[in-house]
Amino acid sequence: MAKLASALMSRLVIIIPYAWLLFFFLIPFFIVFRISLSETTVAMPPYTPVFDLAGGLAGMLEKAREFSVDNYVWLTEDALYFNAYVSSVVIAAISTFLTLMIGYPIAYGMARAPRAIRPMLLMLVILPFWTSFLIRVYAWIAILKPEGLLNQFLMAIGVIDQPLIILNTNAAIYIGIVYSYLPFMVLPIYSALEKMDHSLIEAAQDLGCTPISAFWRVTFLLSLPGVVAGCLLVFIPAVGEFVIPDLLGGSETLMIGKTLWNEFNANRDWPVSSAVAIILLMILVIPIVYFQNVQAKADSEGR
Amino acid sequence: MMKSLGSIRRSFAPWADPASKPFISVKNVTKKFGDFTAVDDLSLNIYTREFFALLGASGCGKSTLLRMLAGFEQPTSGEIILDGQNLAGIPPYRRPVNMMFQSYALFPHMTVENNIAFGLKQDGMPKADIAERVGQMLKLVKLEKFAQRKPHQLSGGQRQRVALARSLAKRPKVLLLDEPLGALDKKLREETQFELMDLQQELGLTFVIVTHDQEEAMTMADRIAVMSHGKVVQVATPAEIYEAPNSRFVADFIGDVNLFDGTVTAAEGGSVRIETTGGIALRMASAEKPASGAKAAVAIRPEKIRISRQPPAHAPINAAEGEIWDIGYLGDMTVFHVRLKDGKVVKASSLNAVRAVEDPLGYDQQVWISFGEDSGVVLKD
Repeated sequence: MAKLASALMSRLVIIIPYAWLLFFFLIPFFIVFRISLSETTVAMPPYTPVFDLAGGLAGMLEKAREFSVDNYVWLTEDALYFNAYVSSVVIAAISTFLTLMIGYPIAYGMARAPRAIRPMLLMLVILPFWTSFLIRVYAWIAILKPEGLLNQFLMAIGVIDQPLIILNTNAAIYIGIVYSYLPFMVLPIYSALEKMDHSLIEAAQDLGCTPISAFWRVTFLLSLPGVVAGCLLVFIPAVGEFVIPDLLGGSETLMIGKTLWNEFNANRDWPVSSAVAIILLMILVIPIVYFQNVQAKADSEGR
Repeated sequence: MMKSLGSIRRSFAPWADPASKPFISVKNVTKKFGDFTAVDDLSLNIYTREFFALLGASGCGKSTLLRMLAGFEQPTSGEIILDGQNLAGIPPYRRPVNMMFQSYALFPHMTVENNIAFGLKQDGMPKADIAERVGQMLKLVKLEKFAQRKPHQLSGGQRQRVALARSLAKRPKVLLLDEPLGALDKKLREETQFELMDLQQELGLTFVIVTHDQEEAMTMADRIAVMSHGKVVQVATPAEIYEAPNSRFVADFIGDVNLFDGTVTAAEGGSVRIETTGGIALRMASAEKPASGAKAAVAIRPEKIRISRQPPAHAPINAAEGEIWDIGYLGDMTVFHVRLKDGKVVKASSLNAVRAVEDPLGYDQQVWISFGEDSGVVLKD
C-alpha cells in the first residue's frame, strides 16, 4: 500500500510541472499560434476564422482551411520587422555583455567575502526587487534626463559644462537593462563561485600559476555554467523587453517588444502581432535549447 | 622492485653530522593571525632526502608552518631558507616546492591526465615532453588506465594518487604533504604509507608531511617534530621520540604511557630514586641528576610493565601491588588496567605470543606490577 502511495506521489510530483507547462505555456502558445495563422478583421475578436462548436467537427475543419501563413510572409516583406529583430538581439547581446562585465566582479567579490557577511551581500543584490520594476525604470528617467541628477552632479563637479544627452538613446536602454537584470547575472555566477573550493586556486598557484592565470584556468572555467545561466537569464528577457526601451529609449530605437506592442494595441492587428511573437519565441528557444545541451553535458560530466 | 631500504635508512642521519648543511632552514619563524600566534618563534632544520613529519594536535600550527613553506602564508617574523635561497616574498608559483593538499584539490573540470599536466603546461613544457612525463607519473601511481577519467569518477584512494602524481609532476625539490592520507580508510592508509616511503626513496626527494596521526608519522618519517601551541617540543627520530621523550607532553602525546609523579629522594651513580605521590619507590636509570627534593615524573610505556601474581625479587622498589580492573583483548596483545592501592590505574600490555594461556589473569585478581630500571624515562616537570 505504502509503496503504491509513494509511487503515486512521485507520479504526482512529475505531473505538476508538466501540467503547469501544458496550461501556462503550451495551450497559450497554440492559441497565439492559431491567431498568427488567421486574418485580421474588424470584429470581436478581431481575427477570422473563429471556431464555432455549433458547426461540428466538419464545420471546424472547413474553417481551418482558411488558415494561412500570410502573416509570416508579411513579416519577411517589411524590413521593419527584420530590423527590429536584429536590433533587439544586438541591444540584448550588448546589454548581456555589459551585465556580465559588471556582474562577474560583483559575484566574485561576494563569493570571496567573509562568510558572515555573504547573506547580507545577497540581500543587497536582491533588495531592488522590493520596489516595483516600473518605478525603478521611471527613477532612471529622473537620473538620466538632461536636467536630471547625473547631469547636475557632473556639471557641479565641473566634468562637463553641457548636459549629456543620455535619455532616449540606446545608452539609456543599456543602462536600464544592465541595472534591471544585474541580479539575474550575479546570482548564478555567485552560486557557481561560492561552492568552489578555494584550495583549487592555491593548488593552481602551487603548480606555477600567477593569480591571473589561476583565475582563467580554474576559477573562470569552473564558473562557466553560472556565466552561461546568467547570460541567458539576462539575454532572453532583454530581447523581448518592452518597458525599458519604451520609457528610456528614443523614438528611433527599434526593438521587437515595442513593435509587437504597436501592432497589438495601435494597429489592433492581432494576427500579425501573434506572428511576431511566435518568431520571437523561436529566436529565444534556440539559446534555451543550446543552454540545456550545455547543462546536460556538464551534468553527464558530473559537475 | 626496491633494494632493501634498511641499509640506506640505517645509515641516513644527516642531522647527527655537524658538517651537513640543512636543505630547509626555518629560523625563528613567528606567524600571527590577529592576536592569535599560530607559529611561535620556531626554528628547525630539514635535510636533503629526509622524510620529515610535523606532528601535533589540530591547531598546533603545523599546517600554518607547511603553508609558509609553500608560500600561502608569509611569516610575521623570522625567515625560511630553502637550498640557500631566502623564501621571503617569493610567491607560491615561483617556489621549487609542490604541495599535496589535504582535500587533494583536484581540478574537477579536467581529466586525470590534464590534472597531472597542469603545472607542466603552465611552465610551457613542449607537448611531447608533457605527454612523456604524464605517462611516467601515471605509471608511478599505477593509474595508467584512468588517464581520461574525471576526478569524480575515481575512488578516494585513486584521487589521492592523482593528487600525488600532480604534485610530483614538476619534480619539486621538496614535496609538502598536508594530511595526505587523512581521507583514506585504515587499511588503504597503511598500504599507502609504505608506498609513499618507497616513492620518496626511489625519487630521492625531500618530503615534509603534516599529520595528526602519530602512527603515520612514526611509520614513515625519518624524523618527527612534535608541535604544540606553535612551538616545536621535540625533534627526533621516531624511536627517540617514543623511548626518550624530552617532556611530559611528548611522552603523553606519543603512544600510551603511565606517568608517575613524585619527588626525587636521591641521585646516585647513573640512577635516580623517586618517591611517587602514591608511595611507590622508583629507581630509574638517568643521565641527568636532578637535585633531591625536586619534582619529577617517570614515564613508563605499558609494554614495559610486567604483571605477576607474586612480588618480584626487587620489590618493593620498582613494583606495586594492585588488582586487575579492566582487560582489553586486542588480539595481538592484551591491555590490563591495574588499579593500585592509592587508586591510580596503570596500563600494562602483554604480547599474546601463544594462542592459549593456562590459567590466564582475570578480573579483580590481586597482582604485582613491576618494571626494570631502564624501562622508564625521568622527566623534569
